[in-house]
Amino acid sequence: MTATRPAETEEIAVRDARCSDPRPARRLTPTQRILLRAVVLTLLAVAATFLLDPYRNYQLAVVAATFCATAGLTLLVGLTGQLSLGHAVLMAAGGYGYALAVNAASSAGLDGGGAAGAARVVLGLVGALVASGALGGLLGLAGARLRGPYLAGLTLAMVVALPALTTQVPALGGDQGLAVPFEGVPEVLSLLIVVEQWHAWVAIVVAALAVTPLAVLRSGRAGLRMRAVHGDETAARLSGVSPARVKVGAFVASSLAAGLGGAVLCLVTQSVGPGRYDLAFSLLLVVAAVVGGLGSLGGAAAGAALVVLLPWLVDTVTGAVGVPADLEQRLSGNLAVLVFGALLIVVTLAWPGGLARAAARRRHRPHRPRGRTDAPAAPPPPPASQPLER
Amino acid sequence: MDRLVFLLATGLARGLVVALFALSLVIVWRAARLVNFAQAAVATVAVFAAFAVTGATGSFWAGLAAALLTGAAVNAAVERGLVRRVPQGSPLPGMIVAIGLVMVLQSALGIAFGPRHRPMAAPFDERPFVVGGVPLLSPYDLFVLTVALALVGLLAWLFNGTTLGLQLRASAAAPEVSRLLGVRVPRMVTLGWALSGAVAALAALLLVPTELGLNAHSADLLFVHAFTVAVLGGLDSPTGALIGGVLVGVLVSLVTGYLGAGVAPLAVLALLTLVLLVRPAGIFAAAQVRAA
Repeated sequence: MTATRPAETEEIAVRDARCSDPRPARRLTPTQRILLRAVVLTLLAVAATFLLDPYRNYQLAVVAATFCATAGLTLLVGLTGQLSLGHAVLMAAGGYGYALAVNAASSAGLDGGGAAGAARVVLGLVGALVASGALGGLLGLAGARLRGPYLAGLTLAMVVALPALTTQVPALGGDQGLAVPFEGVPEVLSLLIVVEQWHAWVAIVVAALAVTPLAVLRSGRAGLRMRAVHGDETAARLSGVSPARVKVGAFVASSLAAGLGGAVLCLVTQSVGPGRYDLAFSLLLVVAAVVGGLGSLGGAAAGAALVVLLPWLVDTVTGAVGVPADLEQRLSGNLAVLVFGALLIVVTLAWPGGLARAAARRRHRPHRPRGRTDAPAAPPPPPASQPLER
Repeated sequence: MDRLVFLLATGLARGLVVALFALSLVIVWRAARLVNFAQAAVATVAVFAAFAVTGATGSFWAGLAAALLTGAAVNAAVERGLVRRVPQGSPLPGMIVAIGLVMVLQSALGIAFGPRHRPMAAPFDERPFVVGGVPLLSPYDLFVLTVALALVGLLAWLFNGTTLGLQLRASAAAPEVSRLLGVRVPRMVTLGWALSGAVAALAALLLVPTELGLNAHSADLLFVHAFTVAVLGGLDSPTGALIGGVLVGVLVSLVTGYLGAGVAPLAVLALLTLVLLVRPAGIFAAAQVRAA
């Protein structure tokens, strides 16, 4: 009874998107436009690394890695309505896949810098894709049969079980995790940039490689199918869309992006372990996706920056203000989580659509609001105001 | 053999605590058709209240009463203040709000009480009786068993034998019709939440003395186990929660005893995955209810 409304509105949103698409001035297909935007944004981000000091560049790399995971999550939750609390584990799978592949490559003789180092990193990224894709496929198969709270509970149990898994399987190195070799700056660039900046470049490029396919998916036929399945499964099935296939596909795409994020984090920090990917981190990814605006990739980027930088900012401020050591220890970590939890509640109840919708509204204030965030909490504006053509 | 008997007995006692917590999830599910992901955080708040009251008065029973009241009050406030404002039609916003609530409550507890585990004394002896050379249940385990079984009986009577229980069930099953027949549905839903908060608080309070101690994350694992139980038994079925709780408790106890504590979370995950994949309708619940 209630399920028909999002489907309707989504259909209108999609139709609206189609009829406003072919602008004669620019003869670019949507995919080309996305690719162009990705290249421009990547170049801008790389240029920005020159303005930052090494520590900021390290933070930028962590933000880029987190962005991979939040982009995957926002696509999954926003478009298909599947809530995963376990994206930290998918990142961990990518990190472990990267570490195992890189270590295997270096013991097989691919060590040192230059071409060998590059080949090793590429192998590592392939390892990350394989590991996270396999886990994501399994979870997707489970998710295709489950709805609502069941998938969330299963992924929650998975996050809780991750430390146990790493201690039980000897190849994963227990609580300490695995170390990977240091990736230095290539010789050509060694006079120009330091290692943190180089890592930021790698992180930005990998994030672009991870997120651009998601953007293409989202704007194309696959995105339409995901919205259809989310809106009304029965109607989607009647239109020849297989909900199971769409859900598994969305989960795998989302996992691959998260896995690349984990691989980047492993490369930058030179290790991967269960401690980093705990429940708190997994929930932070959800916060980033929701606060940024479910379904919006730009929002996911803003959310990733928020969840990486706010805890650091809180620590810096409490350190500078000079609160007692005991209180500082208690505030550290907790205060940021308190703010995030409150944000999660406020955004869901009072401000659905998050940052992305707010930004869209500001940009298009004279016209109708264009918050196409696809979250069920934020249905697009009523169809009456839309230019209908049929 | 001795070991097996001991592990089974311990598993039974732990399992009943998990079953109680799962029962609290079932109560919310029946009242509002959602899984309260914040239940563990609410229960932990209640146990902290019990800890404070017991510390001030020296009486375990005063603490118990405080925990029940706090659990009920917090959950009722959550229902009135937050859940009622959540957009309906999809389970997603409700889950996200619950997760936000978990983060707020746990971090607030962390700021107020710090990260260390506070030891909490059990009201009864925790050394097991030895029967014929075999260590069996401790007096505390017996207390837990008694309380859990009594509460299950009480809830069964409340839901099936009283007018209030009938109203609770009716407003969950058919809110519109119930309203037409004069049932105050919103009040019943709030009451269901409060009841579930009290039960969850009791379960957490019974669990904490047998564990490491009390801190903001004491009940996290309990929630994961209880969720597994609720899924195993069917979110709609109190009997399923009870049987599933004992099964999971015994499984965790056996795996911990024979394979090591590190394997237990994996065993629970494997069980949950298996149940969800093989029989997502749960073992004791009507299938069409789960599809909703």
